[in-house]
Amino acid sequence: MIWLIGALVVMAGLAWGFRFAGQAATGNAPKFRDMPYGVAYGYVLGAAVLLWLIWAYMQGRSDDLAIANKFFFLRIAIEGFIIFAIAAWLFRILGRTVGTAWSKKMFRSMPLTAAFGILTILIYAILAIFAGVFAPYGQEQIIPGVAANIVPGGDPALGGNPDFPLGTDQIGRDIMSRLIYGAQNTVGIAFATTLLAFLLGGSFGFLAATLGGWLDQLLSRIVDVLMAIPSLIFALLLMTIASVWAPQLGIPLTVFMVVIIAVIDSTRVYRLARAVGQNIVVMDYIEAAKLRGEGLGYLVFKEILPNATAPLLAEFGLRFCFVFLTIAALSFLGVGIQPPLADWGTMVRDLGGFVNYAQFAPLAATAPLLAAGAIALLTVAVNFVVDWMLQKSSGLKE
Amino acid sequence: MSESPLVKIRGIKLEGRSDEKWNPIINGIDLTLARGEVLGLIGESGAGKSTLGLAAMGYTRDGVRISDGTVEFDGIDLLKASAAVKRGLLGKRIAYVAQSAAASFNPAHKLMDQHVEGPVQHGVMSRSESEADAIELYRKLRLPNPEEIGFRYPHQVSGGQLQRAMTAMAMSCRPDLIIFDEPTTALDVTTQIEVLASIRDIVEQFNTAAIYITHDLAVVAQMADRIKVLLKGDEVETADTRTMLSAPTQDYTKSLWAVRSFERPNKPAVQTGSVPVISVQNVDAAYGKVPVLYDVSFDMHSGRTVAVVGESGSGKSTTARCITGLLPPTAGQILLDGEVLPPDYRKRSKDQLRQVQMIYQMADTALNPRMSIGQIIARPVQFYLGLTGAEKRRKVDALLEQIELEPSEYYNRLPSELSGGQKQRIGIARALAAEPKFIICDEVTSALDQLVAEGILRLLARLQDELSLSYMFITHDLATVKAIADEVVVMKDGRVVEQGGKVEMFKPPHHAYTDLLLSSVPEMDPDWLTNLLAQRGVDNIGDAAVDKM
Amino acid sequence: MGNVLTIILQRLALGLLTLLIVSIVIFVAVNLLPGDFAQNILGQGATEEAVASIRRDLGLDQPMLSRYFGWLAGVLQGDFGSSFAQMNFASFSGTTSGATTVAEQIAPRFANTMFLAMVTAIIAVPVAITLGVLAALYRNTVFDRVANITTLSSISSPEFFLAYILILFLAVLNPILPSLSNIYEGMAFSERLEKSLLPALTLTLVVTAHMMRMTRAAIINLLASPYIEMARLKGLSPMRVIVKHALPNALAPIINVIALNLAYLITGVVVVEVVFVYPGIGQLFVDSVKIRDIPVVQACCLIFAAAYILLNLTADIMSILSNPRLRHPK
Repeated sequence: MIWLIGALVVMAGLAWGFRFAGQAATGNAPKFRDMPYGVAYGYVLGAAVLLWLIWAYMQGRSDDLAIANKFFFLRIAIEGFIIFAIAAWLFRILGRTVGTAWSKKMFRSMPLTAAFGILTILIYAILAIFAGVFAPYGQEQIIPGVAANIVPGGDPALGGNPDFPLGTDQIGRDIMSRLIYGAQNTVGIAFATTLLAFLLGGSFGFLAATLGGWLDQLLSRIVDVLMAIPSLIFALLLMTIASVWAPQLGIPLTVFMVVIIAVIDSTRVYRLARAVGQNIVVMDYIEAAKLRGEGLGYLVFKEILPNATAPLLAEFGLRFCFVFLTIAALSFLGVGIQPPLADWGTMVRDLGGFVNYAQFAPLAATAPLLAAGAIALLTVAVNFVVDWMLQKSSGLKE
Repeated sequence: MSESPLVKIRGIKLEGRSDEKWNPIINGIDLTLARGEVLGLIGESGAGKSTLGLAAMGYTRDGVRISDGTVEFDGIDLLKASAAVKRGLLGKRIAYVAQSAAASFNPAHKLMDQHVEGPVQHGVMSRSESEADAIELYRKLRLPNPEEIGFRYPHQVSGGQLQRAMTAMAMSCRPDLIIFDEPTTALDVTTQIEVLASIRDIVEQFNTAAIYITHDLAVVAQMADRIKVLLKGDEVETADTRTMLSAPTQDYTKSLWAVRSFERPNKPAVQTGSVPVISVQNVDAAYGKVPVLYDVSFDMHSGRTVAVVGESGSGKSTTARCITGLLPPTAGQILLDGEVLPPDYRKRSKDQLRQVQMIYQMADTALNPRMSIGQIIARPVQFYLGLTGAEKRRKVDALLEQIELEPSEYYNRLPSELSGGQKQRIGIARALAAEPKFIICDEVTSALDQLVAEGILRLLARLQDELSLSYMFITHDLATVKAIADEVVVMKDGRVVEQGGKVEMFKPPHHAYTDLLLSSVPEMDPDWLTNLLAQRGVDNIGDAAVDKM
Repeated sequence: MGNVLTIILQRLALGLLTLLIVSIVIFVAVNLLPGDFAQNILGQGATEEAVASIRRDLGLDQPMLSRYFGWLAGVLQGDFGSSFAQMNFASFSGTTSGATTVAEQIAPRFANTMFLAMVTAIIAVPVAITLGVLAALYRNTVFDRVANITTLSSISSPEFFLAYILILFLAVLNPILPSLSNIYEGMAFSERLEKSLLPALTLTLVVTAHMMRMTRAAIINLLASPYIEMARLKGLSPMRVIVKHALPNALAPIINVIALNLAYLITGVVVVEVVFVYPGIGQLFVDSVKIRDIPVVQACCLIFAAAYILLNLTADIMSILSNPRLRHPK
């Protein structure tokens, strides 16, 4: 603590020196002359953090195992970050040279974060669709003669097994296969749920915006009430009830989950679709179509929907993230996707305890982090793409 | 005092950022302003007037940069000066009056608090001195209740008054230079004249130099000593106001002046007994429970144009909504060819809907941005006339030719690829596609630059002669009325104040409001405002005159 | 002023109405359970007396409407009924344990959760707003971009991922804080704070990111308004532009952001409490969901919804109060 405060004070001095040096070196150029002290401090702080990261990374590559273990995760994070950055950069170059004129133009104005997002989403999609091809074992397969809890890394000296590069779980299933199948199950179910939510919320939202009147009032009040209950809490309540119904009706609980989350989430879609729809409905071209005598179908499908695709697409990304995280949270809490289906949220819950071994065997702690990280990586990727899309569309308006 | 110019701008170039690259806005302009001189900057939208005006203050908005040139104010290089030096000049020696006073006053503070902020912060006056001075300025600017108005919040004061309060605020430190950025564009004509008179008086009184930015030639003729004409970031010409008005040298300037001279020949009076295409009879209307129209009646005949004029809120657009059936009237009726139309458009037959078409003010929102031009025009052709395939295409091509656009070139384009004037033409073609008898033109030229607007007016006039259409022309611009109308209906506060043939309407005597409205429209004569004030007196213009009625 | 008062009273009434309807929704949802309520919950092996006692206790023989009003009347007096789990336990063991009513069970845990939320808010609100304003002022700089990527990643990560990362770095690799939050009554404040710090930090990461992004957007929106440009063109110092011209107008959006995020905390708290085994209402809720302890689930749901509605209502009223157009009518 004292060290930290000391360092901050030293940096305060450095910041002043930095600005002064800058003013002297550039002959009082406007950049340094008009620089507020806080900005100079920010530069120094940024430099200090960067230096610390480099130092920590070198520690992570230290020969002393105790020190190396301590900085192992930081090292992996930094390496991962650099690899992803390079991959995204290469992917963007590829996008700029290959493809149609339209896609080339799109890639030219794309920030690196969005390129990373698109690349990641592509990889997930491929993994999810061809999970059976990529996974060395089945998701429910307990491989005979193989120990449970094999440490990831595949190094026999550390308790690993080269046949199971990511180790095995508490009952001896291959973690890598389960991770790959997890893409299929978790992402697939989340995608289906989001689609259903959009179908519901979207159609009601546009209907309310186009027709207005009592239908709009009724739907909006219902949505107000449903949105007054926090969504995760509501989902948990309904899942409790569903868990009683499911065995009686012989329908898998997962189906109930999809419907419940879709309905809860469709309220948010409804609000957006209605707002977007209302913005379009007040346009003069809609008035012109109405005065021409066009029917409801023509209005919605020809005039409104084509103009709503951009905001809806962005919302789809955001909703997908939200649904995906809700399902992961439910699974993590033990009421979501049911075993033996491989699912990332459940895997985190089952393997979470291994985090506590990180100090001595960093590899053992990676299994739960990989599953949780797989969830985070996809949502981050989707969010990056959505962020870019939103920025692009708002930029067009200005 | 030295005779060096107050502002000296040399070879200034400005660029704006869009589509990830810097695009030129101003391509090297020189500007010199002497002390006490008023320079008018005019040009169409996109000419870069506002950007240049702000650059004269050494200020650029986000996403705009000065790439070359110098800006000197009283010998100080504004582009090299430190932020602190610039702050010392802004507000104190250089002040700014924005287009929308309602948006430019901070809604959280009283007018007076915002007024005294400049003088107090710059150390020019104490708070009490500045408050007393503010009241004096308010009085000079002829604001009602000068002692009290400063202690109101911006939303409690009307637009024209706010604009004058903002001028007072700009004057608070007695600056050497004020930049007026379209200060009256958002105001109604009767309010505008009052603000113009106030601004001119006070600028003369304190001998303040000013750069007056506007797109309205008649306004600039009243305000400026010298006029600089801009076109797409380049200077066209600069000259004294009188010289510029009487003898412009450049073709572009001449064409701007010429617009004002377009006028259709007068038509003979309507034969008595002929059935009007549309007859509005004793219509009352309300939004919810708020009544907006009272007993509105007028007729529109085939081959003729009725101009409905009035200021914002007078009920002209509401009348149009009643005719189209979007807002069913609470009393009275609308007749088409002598037959009563159902009040609600949903109850009207396809043929009744076809006969009444509409052209909108904002072509941007009137055309579906996701449909091609061909699709937009083809839809009514197919919907009303039942044409398909090659026949439909032939009809659309004919319509495009009618509005003077090459069919093969425009058929597949999207609205976003067209200019404002071209989009408005598409709106006209869509209305024509229904082969109607009657078209409502709702402020169709007010969003367009003058040259383009004139093209649209000529097109509409030609189509009327060819197809003997009947137009209801909603506008607040009396120059447009003079150009195209056969009959004029004047509206105020939801009532028809006066109506009659154009010739009679532009000849006195009139109803007091019509008179006020007609006399408030600025003319190109630089002495117009002076003469008008001499003729009517300062108390008989603007809101003050309206209040007296 | 009377104008504002009417609007606020209207909002209050609307909030109450919403809460009432929500209580109906929750009650009806629970009553959608199939078959005999009591039998179902206790399972086939339950004793006759246990089933009968629950039937009597819940008045299952009465119609739904009167049961709803009975429940509502109880709730208004702070009586949420009896916990199935506890009753079941009591009927088997034949003893009456300490806490059989739902209210007794919830009260201490509710206090714990409030403590956690408070600690989070105290850390998160000032940090988020400062960072948000800074990001808005220095937008499109390196700082803004780094902040954008970091907050976006933080928002996108599931709470349990952030929780495990924090455990990994702050509890396992560098044993600074405890990874389990075993809090009990009568604990010293400092110890309690230390044990709550890791869950609070996890929540802070998520909430700060949200709050900062929303603050940034609100401030950028504000800085684009013509009156800020006007203030700059009056030659005011950047500090004065922010403090005098931006802040009074930023108050409403910022209060809105805070209230919305505190409302978000309510949901986030569930997962985080489970990870850290923090004895709060969220954990109780999840446990009750798993054993289908309906009265507890019902009560927790209502409390969460009430808090959520209350916070949104606060945001609404605050933004009305800070709007000069409403405070000073024409």
